Amino acid sequence: MNISRRQMLILLPAAAVAWESVLAGTPEASPNYKMSDHWWGMLIDIPKCIGCGNCVRACQTENDVPDGFFRTWVERYHRSDWPMTESGEVTTNPLIDPEVISPDGGKEGFPVAKEDEGKYFFVPKMCNHCTDSPCTQVCPVGATFISPDGVVLVDQTYCLGCAYCVQACPYGCRYVHPEKKVADKCTLCYHRITKGLTTACCEACPTGARQLVDLKNPKDPIHEFLKTHSVQILKPQMATGAKAFYNDLDGSVR
Amino acid sequence: MGVFKDVGHLFRFAGLFVLAFLVFLVVRHFVVPKTFGQYGHYRGAAIGEIAARPVKFAGHEACEACHMEVVDKKKNGKHAHVNCEACHGALAQHADDPTVKPVLPDTAVLCARCHTASAAKPKGFPQVDPASHSQGLQCETCHQPHNPGMDAPKTDAGGTK
Repeated sequence: MNISRRQMLILLPAAAVAWESVLAGTPEASPNYKMSDHWWGMLIDIPKCIGCGNCVRACQTENDVPDGFFRTWVERYHRSDWPMTESGEVTTNPLIDPEVISPDGGKEGFPVAKEDEGKYFFVPKMCNHCTDSPCTQVCPVGATFISPDGVVLVDQTYCLGCAYCVQACPYGCRYVHPEKKVADKCTLCYHRITKGLTTACCEACPTGARQLVDLKNPKDPIHEFLKTHSVQILKPQMATGAKAFYNDLDGSVR
Repeated sequence: MGVFKDVGHLFRFAGLFVLAFLVFLVVRHFVVPKTFGQYGHYRGAAIGEIAARPVKFAGHEACEACHMEVVDKKKNGKHAHVNCEACHGALAQHADDPTVKPVLPDTAVLCARCHTASAAKPKGFPQVDPASHSQGLQCETCHQPHNPGMDAPKTDAGGTK
């Protein structure tokens, strides 16, 4: 094989660049982690949530979530008492029409509620890591998927940014990253849970209102919890197989 | 058997079709990533890439490995179940390299985030109106953050600036 000097000059740097990626190989983050041993989900204990916004801030720090976008956020629901006019007519149904606020995703907490009328509660929201996830089904290029351990992830090198998945998610948990122009969402801190840590939001929650659960681990306290508590998922009528379990969820939550 | 007398151009067409299919296979081989289809209709290597992202919150086990004295202070108090980084912020950098000094949180902001009274909070949760409760005094004047009960020893706020 005859290679001219000119060809050599082109080939050598190209080979050097290629060799570097050969050496780097596939990132081996957690050698002892076996995907087949886990099936991840999240337990959200509504009566414990105080609406401090620690989870929202922790998520933003851990995952470099841009301002104004949220992988997790907290909503404050206010279900008023049944409003009755003087003639005794009921005007609206607070179970269907609750007042919901989430200033900046609840990142800096919530305005003080003075009067005690009705019922207040906080609802932290995040990706439900659905078993039959609508968002992964609509992706035209296979850039989003459910990992073998039950986490809905986005391959950002493969995503086109068409935002079809953003529309498909019934929980509003996805957004198109304003700089990367690709779909972005909660990874259930996949880079943490594969290293044996809990998620950033669970780590930062001061009251234990959020707990990472591994449904394949028979020793996980979630199994006992699910037996003894009134636990629901959001929008069960959508048959998404959501794995974000809400304890003591009010019927007005959408 | 006049039906097959002009069959030659059909073979040329079939040959063209086979050639196009081979070109498609070759292009596909180079365009589709190697790990695509390893676990499903996606690039299998993406899982490893996502798992390899750096961690910012070290996790309370990492903190407790060195700061045993704080674990002792916390264990009988009301903040026993509150993880270190819930108040101190993400400190994986400090856990990796102890010469990186964390900034001590400002209790006036920090405590108020959870303990400002609001009708929206769960009734059993301890909450106060900061303005009337302390008249501007810093919380750690009376409460020791690692064990905030009033009967707890108030000798040390729990850290040094």
